[in-house]
Amino acid sequence: MTSLIAQAEQRLLRPGGLSATDLEPVFARLMAPSIDAADLYFQHSRAESWLLEDGIVKEGSHSIEQGVGVRAISGEKTGFSYSDQIVLPSLFEAAGAARAIAKAGAAGTGRPLAIASAPALYPAIDPIETLSSEAKVRVLREIDAYARALDPRVQQVIVSLSAGVDTVLIAASDGTLAADVRPLVRMNVQVIAEHGGRRESGSGGGGGRYGFDELLADGRAHAFAREAVRTALINLEAVDAPAGTMTVVLGPGWPGVLLHEAIGHGLEGDFNRKETSAFAGRIGERVAAPGVTVVDDGTLAGRRGSLSIDDEGTPTRCTTLIEDGILTGYMQDKTNARLMGAASTGNGRRESFAHLPMPRMTNTYMRPGTRAPEEIIGSVKRGLYAVNFGGGQVDITNGKFVFSASEAYLIEDGRLTRPVKGATLIGAGPEVLRRVSMIGNDLALDEGVGVCGKDGQSVPVGVGQPTLRIDAMTVGGTAA
Amino acid sequence: MNAAVIHNTQDSSLDELARLAEVCDDVLRRCRAAGASEAEVAASIDTGLDVGVRLGEVETITRTRDRGVSLTVLFGKRKGSASTADLEPESIARTVEHACAIARYTEEDPCNGLADPALYARDFPDLDLWHPWRIGVEEAIELGLRIEDAGRSFDPRISNSEGAAVQVGESVLANANSAGFRGVERSTRHLLSCALIAEDDAGMQQNYWYDAVRSASDFADAESIGRRAAERTVARLDARRLSTRECPVVFVPEVARGLIGHFLSAVSGGALYRRASFLVDHLGKPVFPSFVQMTERPRLPRGHGSSVFDAEGVATRDADLVRDGVLARYILGSYSARKLGMTTTGNAGGIHNLVVTPGSDDLPALLGRMGTGLLVTEVMGQGVSLITGDYSRGASGFWVENGQIVHPVEEITIASNLRAMFGGIVAIGSDVDPRSHLLTGSILIDRMTIAGE
Repeated sequence: MTSLIAQAEQRLLRPGGLSATDLEPVFARLMAPSIDAADLYFQHSRAESWLLEDGIVKEGSHSIEQGVGVRAISGEKTGFSYSDQIVLPSLFEAAGAARAIAKAGAAGTGRPLAIASAPALYPAIDPIETLSSEAKVRVLREIDAYARALDPRVQQVIVSLSAGVDTVLIAASDGTLAADVRPLVRMNVQVIAEHGGRRESGSGGGGGRYGFDELLADGRAHAFAREAVRTALINLEAVDAPAGTMTVVLGPGWPGVLLHEAIGHGLEGDFNRKETSAFAGRIGERVAAPGVTVVDDGTLAGRRGSLSIDDEGTPTRCTTLIEDGILTGYMQDKTNARLMGAASTGNGRRESFAHLPMPRMTNTYMRPGTRAPEEIIGSVKRGLYAVNFGGGQVDITNGKFVFSASEAYLIEDGRLTRPVKGATLIGAGPEVLRRVSMIGNDLALDEGVGVCGKDGQSVPVGVGQPTLRIDAMTVGGTAA
Repeated sequence: MNAAVIHNTQDSSLDELARLAEVCDDVLRRCRAAGASEAEVAASIDTGLDVGVRLGEVETITRTRDRGVSLTVLFGKRKGSASTADLEPESIARTVEHACAIARYTEEDPCNGLADPALYARDFPDLDLWHPWRIGVEEAIELGLRIEDAGRSFDPRISNSEGAAVQVGESVLANANSAGFRGVERSTRHLLSCALIAEDDAGMQQNYWYDAVRSASDFADAESIGRRAAERTVARLDARRLSTRECPVVFVPEVARGLIGHFLSAVSGGALYRRASFLVDHLGKPVFPSFVQMTERPRLPRGHGSSVFDAEGVATRDADLVRDGVLARYILGSYSARKLGMTTTGNAGGIHNLVVTPGSDDLPALLGRMGTGLLVTEVMGQGVSLITGDYSRGASGFWVENGQIVHPVEEITIASNLRAMFGGIVAIGSDVDPRSHLLTGSILIDRMTIAGE
């Protein structure tokens, strides 16, 4: 951690002639008797992406963004300002603007800064530098050729490769001084297949907090291409999805987006402090069937949704949200935890220095049960088996949520019969997990593709689950 | 008076535009010095104030100021792009280097290149987009409180609030390229909004209302925004599900413009040259019934999408998109136009303002025309496939019988295919929503599948 602090100081503070010890006068400007907490969030982000389409590497782009966000909190009130200049005059100006939230009063001070440490869950590297530009171009071409060779129906292949690193330094009036270097890589393969006048697309991809060596190890890139081609070809055969309420079996891994939408957002601390969530005040109540245990775990090494520390400098942890069907906890940032008399769970996240932190998920997943997946599918007389999804959305106040299947099959008499077109599934968060009647032994996490949006802020997240049988869910197809 | 208020009373936009234009010239000089054969650059500064109040108290005060430079260099037909979020000379020098470094590795694409100089904007009429709102923090808080109070006191069933917000925004932008285009633009956009929660024995419901304008003088009365939010929230109480069925559907304007958005995506160059649209090869063919007309009006005074030039400097102009139901053109920038063997339509960066010609029915008349069916006021999720047109989304709204609202509806899906939905438009309402660059009234569609209980 000490070396992370040194690395972050070097990247963020030195260019403007600052060091961590210069920050205490800024807190003197920020604090006042009525200010409960204040923090400074310094960030430098570098990102690069490459795109292949029509068989040529046609685009590449590079971006750099840096700045500092300054926040002052008084009770439930927050003043916030930011600057893209990390120099003392800008810090003082932003501090003055943020402090406007408090009534005029005497100056205060923060507690002396002390380095907070947490185990590193990923290497402090710049993943852009882990592969040469020549090699990136070579990978893109290789995957394009590979995908096209898999099936003559493949008409278009779009492959992207992106990498970035965030260097952050957090100083807070509670004495927190913490730093993190967060690499993130991602590959995506999209194909368009055409046959008999029908066109369909399919995609595959993944990534995480590591370098390209790990992303490209063990033929993973080729597996993304196979997945993209496979889903496009299956969709070419798909018939109209059914409409109505039926038994739904969800596959393992990415279908865990169900948990993210159905219960995850509703258990974020801000909505529960404000009592705007359908789950507000329901700790200790049964919200899921026996056997259902759901956690939010920011501590999984190398995962896209993981963070060694959150954006308030709190080490992340594994928070049990639902234990054996009973609601046990909320996800908290510092502000909402303080107002609710709880402790931060390390879920304070922000898109960037130019955004305010709030409680957000990391990797949200359900623990495995004992059933074999074949046994679960075999138990269904007529229903839907959905294995791939696009995004979802939730209304946290009435608990209604949707998520959209992009690969699904009909189950008839315990067997998968034919693929059906994409359809939206809709349900009510506080009810849907009570209808879970079988939990598979095949827990899987997603490949590392999730992006969660809340109040206009996007952050990378992960999801996961074992195969699940849900006895009744509404499937939004068109077939009777 | 605090420093923040003083800052807000100055209009420094002309100085900023001059500074951004200099940044653009500097970037182009550096690109040329680095050996680029062509280059284009955009530089912008967006500033704002966001004030949020909740339950009668200020909740957040945020000052925003975002800057950025993005540039593209061409070495022959090879391209590289880079951006930076500050305007310091060292950052700009590095950004040019990064773009040039990338262009060493990308491959030749014969369709790359700047837009044709003959098409560049040369006259820059004032579109009346610049109306800075000189509101201080205290005044903004007071305005937010008035909006929220009007909503909370509207009905005893309003039990909680997600707050009211006052947002002030100013943008200045400069564009330039190595073929001689120079353009600057400044615009303002301000918002008032309110989101409330109502509760009864059946549970809680949330809803909202907002107004968005170029000039604060065009805002709806503040109290009316709070009241409208409250009315809409209370109307959601005791929402029920429907059984699975087929029926006609009316989309209110703010949801209808999502349908128009799907249409625009499906006739945009990127989706077309990739053949990733269900409307490939539909130029000159009917997509809508013959009464449907859509025209792009890029230079509407105070329009939310108004602009004199597109992202490549091409002059914008009025042009039909749909004439008598027939797709009259695509939405193209230079790159996608070359890919398709066509000419840019001045839509690099997207459509500007689109006017869907309104019909004569207001919403009650449209519901009367529908008779029995679903009025959709919100949709959820991303269940739309542009490549096939398949449409399946979560929805909420109201069940309507004999033209009258019977009860609110939730937790259902609506599904069809966009081709059938567009072809099945029965009528377009006169109730045009002015808060967007997509100007449409409500839309009545003959038939969709509802999945529910």
